[in-house]
Amino acid sequence: MAGRYEIRFSGAGGQGLILAGVIMAEAASIFQGIQAVQSQSYGPEARGGASKSEVVISDDPIDYPKATVVDALLALTQEACDKYSHDLKEGGVLLIDSDLVKTKPKGNFNVVAFPIINTAKNDVGREIVANIVALGAMVALTGVVTKENAEKAVLARVPEAFVELNKKAFQLGYEKAMAAKG
Amino acid sequence: MAKKVAFLQGNEAAAHGALYAGCRFFAGYPITPSTEVAEVMSAELPKVGGKFIQMEDEIGAMAALIGASLTGVKVLTSTSGPGLSLKQENIGYACITEVPSVIVNVMRGGPSTGMPTGPSQSDVMCAKWGTHGDHPAICLVPASVQEIFEETVRAFNLAEKYRTPVMIMPDEIVAHMRERIVFPEPGELEVVDRTAPSVPPEKYKPYDTSFGDVPPLAAFGSGYKFHVTGLNKMQDGFPTTKAEIVQAEEERQVRKVEANKADIMKWEEYLCDDAEVIVVAYGSTSRSARFAVNEARKNGIKAGLFRLITFWPFPEERLLELSKKVKGFITPEMNLGMCTGVVKGCIEGNAPVLGIFRVDGEPINPGQILDKMKEVK
Repeated sequence: MAGRYEIRFSGAGGQGLILAGVIMAEAASIFQGIQAVQSQSYGPEARGGASKSEVVISDDPIDYPKATVVDALLALTQEACDKYSHDLKEGGVLLIDSDLVKTKPKGNFNVVAFPIINTAKNDVGREIVANIVALGAMVALTGVVTKENAEKAVLARVPEAFVELNKKAFQLGYEKAMAAKG
Repeated sequence: MAKKVAFLQGNEAAAHGALYAGCRFFAGYPITPSTEVAEVMSAELPKVGGKFIQMEDEIGAMAALIGASLTGVKVLTSTSGPGLSLKQENIGYACITEVPSVIVNVMRGGPSTGMPTGPSQSDVMCAKWGTHGDHPAICLVPASVQEIFEETVRAFNLAEKYRTPVMIMPDEIVAHMRERIVFPEPGELEVVDRTAPSVPPEKYKPYDTSFGDVPPLAAFGSGYKFHVTGLNKMQDGFPTTKAEIVQAEEERQVRKVEANKADIMKWEEYLCDDAEVIVVAYGSTSRSARFAVNEARKNGIKAGLFRLITFWPFPEERLLELSKKVKGFITPEMNLGMCTGVVKGCIEGNAPVLGIFRVDGEPINPGQILDKMKEVK
């Protein structure tokens, strides 16, 4: 990989976006053997409020741990999309929840939209795994870590009883993003 | 066998570093953005026969630390700005009674409650002058998850070696950031234990300077008895107002750190040899600075990075030397000029010092530092 690849997961506090970023970074750092730094920014609220988790991935050591020019952005809420899309690079990946983000930011982005939270709720069966659906989609759209390494990273984080649920969430997110990408 | 690796948060690395150093007691009061230190200690200490206490408040936690340390145990607490303010009375008590103790203070916005989840570097002066009176100060400012682990081990070593409180102050970004860490094997990093008395209990004095500036410290419960007080004291630990003793004791307590600065101070010079502009930075801001220095070099600007790893003692002599051959210094920091003032104070006006100050909860980005470099003529 040439230089830095920057991914931002954003939405509301409590949606599991920090964990999604952590798993993406672990997939890169532990399972793929390249460099990754994960950082986060959130408000004082336990739930709600705009929240973001950033992952910088590179073949070389990473100095500045925060995003500079974002290559790929996930926005699970309109507020997060409005607040965190300003530094998405031209031609960058913008993944949005099509039910919740109605106003897309102005700019020339590679927009991919599907009902992420609804997929978790109705197709997987638990809304709580929306972050893993989104992670599967971001893995498909960014290609910076392999699907196998990302899945290993997901499973390393999940308690035994929830392995199948998360596998399904990851797989559906991956497939739906591929289909939506066209 | 391959070494153990993990993807850890800075705060988690501080806790694991403490355990590696032999810490077996933690007392604290949860506070954002440091709580993960306490969380890991609460899970791990019972497994190694240690004790974890969630105290009723911050000053109580510092009191518990002093009591536990006097029984011969290595002790840790973690906090953030408001908690550091509340601990100050007992931090001074640990200074004058010379009790080894380690404090992780994760820097968030302040003063007062400030910005609990926002990053800051505005506690570095509090590390030295937060508690009143003349006293030694050691403050470490790591910049990566691996370095937090290693510097936490070193913090314990310095606390034990010099019988003094030691502070580790990661900013919120470094403390909450996650990176890959390679765990050192047991024995790979130096681990220092305090010097125990070589005399029998009846001959023991807790501040006996015939053993040097750092007298041996006996453990309560091992047969040694001695007096502990926050008053100025004599060699046997009992209070005194005798002028010559008080003067000598105060000077010794400061000297035990000042005279050993070379052993304590640590910094990194990156591309400083031929640098015309040197960025003096610490913590997460030093990572922005390194990025900016690399970019500047690509554009033909002779930039270098002087990265502080200890903030106190401050490497005044080395910066004075460097100031004679540079066109200017840049001092980015997430406060309104705390390090900047110290740099200005030690370079005798040899070069301009241009600060970049942010207190809005956002990090200083490499672009800001690059822009500032253009102002150095």
